[in-house]
Amino acid sequence: MRRVSIAKLEQKANEIRQDLIETLVEAGSGHSAGPLGMADIFTALYFCVLKHDPKRPRWPERDRLILSNGHIVPVRYVAMAHAGYFPKKELKTFRKIHSNLEGHPSFKKIPALETSSGPLGEGLSQACGFALALRMQGRPFSPYVWCLTSDGEHDEGMTWEAAMLAAKYRLSNLTVVVDRNNIQIDGYTEDIMPLEPLREKYEAFGWRVLEMNGHDMEEIISTLEESKAIQEAPVCIIANTIPGKGVKFMEHRYEWHGVPPGKGPEDVVPRAEQVQEALRELRALGEKIEAVDHD
Amino acid sequence: MQYYLAKNYLDEKKVEWNSMRDGAGRGIAELGECKKNMVVLGADTIESSRAKEFADKFPERFVQVGVAEQNLIGVAAGLAYEGMVPYVVTFAAFLVGRPWEPIRSTVAYPENHVVLVSSHAGLATGPDGPTHQMTEDITLMRCLPGFTVLCPADAEQARRAVKAAYDIKGPVYIRNAREATPVFTTEQTPFEVGKAQVLRQGKDMTVIGHGYMVYWLLQIAEDLKNKISLEVVNLHTVKPLDEKTILVSAKKTGRVFTAEDHNVVGGMGSAVAEFLSQNHPVPMKLHGVYDVFAESGSVKDLWKKYKLDKEGTKKALLEFLADKT
Ligand SMILES: Cc1ncc(C[n+]2csc(CCOP(=O)(O)OP(=O)(O)O)c2C)c(N)n1
Ligand SMILES: [Mg+2]
Repeated sequence: MRRVSIAKLEQKANEIRQDLIETLVEAGSGHSAGPLGMADIFTALYFCVLKHDPKRPRWPERDRLILSNGHIVPVRYVAMAHAGYFPKKELKTFRKIHSNLEGHPSFKKIPALETSSGPLGEGLSQACGFALALRMQGRPFSPYVWCLTSDGEHDEGMTWEAAMLAAKYRLSNLTVVVDRNNIQIDGYTEDIMPLEPLREKYEAFGWRVLEMNGHDMEEIISTLEESKAIQEAPVCIIANTIPGKGVKFMEHRYEWHGVPPGKGPEDVVPRAEQVQEALRELRALGEKIEAVDHD
Repeated sequence: MQYYLAKNYLDEKKVEWNSMRDGAGRGIAELGECKKNMVVLGADTIESSRAKEFADKFPERFVQVGVAEQNLIGVAAGLAYEGMVPYVVTFAAFLVGRPWEPIRSTVAYPENHVVLVSSHAGLATGPDGPTHQMTEDITLMRCLPGFTVLCPADAEQARRAVKAAYDIKGPVYIRNAREATPVFTTEQTPFEVGKAQVLRQGKDMTVIGHGYMVYWLLQIAEDLKNKISLEVVNLHTVKPLDEKTILVSAKKTGRVFTAEDHNVVGGMGSAVAEFLSQNHPVPMKLHGVYDVFAESGSVKDLWKKYKLDKEGTKKALLEFLADKT
């Protein structure tokens, strides 16, 4: 039973990746690597872990999902469309004039996004504010506050200012997930601004730290759930992910941080073939998951 | 003053299009060849903000601080205290928005010679949306005592501005857009910090712009020449303000129209209005981004919707002309 539902989630993540590619291509600009790498985690959140209701985006009991690294929002839009927040055809308007689907998240246009973001390093502070507010309102356990961050934005001092505050106030209703994909714009994180030892840093700041493989659906779900059960401190989950996951010629490459298929580096696949090749790989992967599901 | 603009520059199809960020990046790399105490600081945007050419050529004089703009400014200030000349390069919103107070205390107050070079200024940033379309940078920088604020009109002028900033012995901000726009000035076109350029003489109205807006104003002046005689001023230095040139022109024409890809609150138009209202009040119209956050969209679509293209600017100008009060 459990295995089947995991396979269904994997299938969903694969569909989300395919729609993400189409969305980026239609927009003609936007980020590929980060969003592909976070597709599994968004799927786990929207289709399993989060308490939410797409028909009531401001339902007071909903879990708060705060996306700090706003540039990966296209994968959130696609996951939200699949979950029923808005019609999938709206994805075609991404980054275009008059659209609600801004290049970086706009709270005023889509309140279900909880915050506006794009400038890095500002999400965790806001998540602390959410967590404090819920506690002050006498709701220290539920709704739960999830904050998604990138590794690159851990260069920002503000992230660590928030980390200190969360520990000081023992914000046990808060979990931060770090998309540890090892890339930022100008290169690999350890070349641009070394972050390691990241785990020990968070621990030294007074957090409980969990690690997970950000592409193992079962592990993602169990780790997210485990984090909710930890009460004595805020929890940091280091999600080890592969940027560009699912599209071989993008995987692990920082050059794919901020470009859509068709406009990326050409050394492996020429631009004219990047879109078709990406979709072909994802469809092949989808068939494999399907086969496992039925055996 | 003869300004020698590019041949056939009014023809959009014949003129070269290039971005100010490209020009600025070129200028920074050129300057690095001869100024050995020049350093460049980047913040994980070196390719798109065009610091990369310098970084590749002079890795020993390049500092990569990562995504950490407050640190970026503080480190630059320290370098300046010790006699280096730091050029700090990233997107306008994060260059001057994020670390504004550190700029105020560590750069402006002690009058450190730090040169802030932006890309991604204005709506001409496009589909990244309002978080990245910086439309308040002039306001933020020109209110700091002692800052020089340069808003080049095209890629070539951006290249020149970057080089000229080396000789300004105090804090400088240089504003550059991401999008390719017409390059109508040339290597022969004079460029002097603090000296507004009257690019076209006229007698009925003074029209002042900075950035690519100057190009639309030149085109508009040509389009409307049988109807009204427009005096076109390129105010590439918003601070210190060339009061003399503005005063002479306003006295001659009796009316001033300003246009910019920037919030009308506190921008170049405000600077001109602050000066004229106290010295020679004339009817004025401030055209620009009307105190709103815009949205994602292609630059063309944004220009159209927010009336920052030639047609939109012309319409605003004609409405001002028709308003005789
Ligand atoms: C304050 C701020 N500075 C700079 C930027 C430009 N920027 C956007 S994404 C990014 C890279 C950050 O690395 P990461 O978030 O890890 O990127 P990814 O793994 O998704 O490629 C940068 C520097 C920004 N959005 N905000
Ligand atoms: Mg990263």
